[in-house]
Amino acid sequence: MLEINEKLLNDIHLHGESTYPEEGAGFLLGTETDPRQVVAILPVKNMREDGTRHNRYLIEPLDYLKADNEANEMGLSLIGIFHSHPDHPNRPSEFDREGAQPSFSYLITSVNKGQAVESRSWQLLEDRSKFEEEPINIHE
Amino acid sequence: MAILKIPTPLRPYTGGMSDINVDGENVGHALDSLLAQYPDIGKHLYNDDAQLRAFVNLFLGEDNIKDLQGLETPLSETDSLRIIPSIAGGAKG
Repeated sequence: MLEINEKLLNDIHLHGESTYPEEGAGFLLGTETDPRQVVAILPVKNMREDGTRHNRYLIEPLDYLKADNEANEMGLSLIGIFHSHPDHPNRPSEFDREGAQPSFSYLITSVNKGQAVESRSWQLLEDRSKFEEEPINIHE
Repeated sequence: MAILKIPTPLRPYTGGMSDINVDGENVGHALDSLLAQYPDIGKHLYNDDAQLRAFVNLFLGEDNIKDLQGLETPLSETDSLRIIPSIAGGAKG
C-alpha cells in the first residue's frame, strides 16, 4: 500500500502535464513504514537524448545521489519513482521492468493529449519476473 | 577492508545495512565479497549472462568505475565504493 496526499498526487500530475509530450519523472520521498507514505516529491530532468523522451526517461546516477542526500537531510528515504506515460496506459512496460529497482514503488501517470488522467503504482516482484500493482490510498 | 555503500532499494538484501565491509584488491573482488555475504542481492546486480546490469553504477569517490578501469579498478582498504542506480524506463515496451 502506498499512501499519498491529494496535493502531492496533483503535483505529480501537473509535472506530467508540464513535460508532455515527453515523459516526466522524479523521486518519491517518504517513510518505509507499512503502508509506506509519500511525504515529498523531487522532480528531476529526463536525461534521455532528444527524440526519445516521448517514450523513455532516464535519471542519471549523480541525480540519484543528489536526491538520496536530499532525502537524508529531510529524515526521509527514497521510496520510489514517479513517471508519466504520454498517450499510453499507466501500466509498466517491459523496459520499465528491465530497469526497475526492487522494493521501490513505481507510480505511473497516463497523460492523454496533455491531460493527466490517472496514476497507478507498481512494484517489481522479488524474482524480477513482472510488476505487481500496489494499492494507492489517496488522502487529504 | 573497503566499505561498499548500498542504495536504499537494495538494502532489504543486506539486512537493512547501508555500509558493508568488503574484501578485495579491486572492485570486482569487492562485489564478490558482497555476494559471498549477501547472495540474494546478486540477481539485482547481475543479469542472466552474469554481466552487471546496465543501470547498476559503481562510484569510487566521484568517479564512475566505467571511467577508471571498470571491475579491475584497484581498491585500498580505506576506499569507499558506492553502488548508485541510474533509473530508466518508459512507455515503449
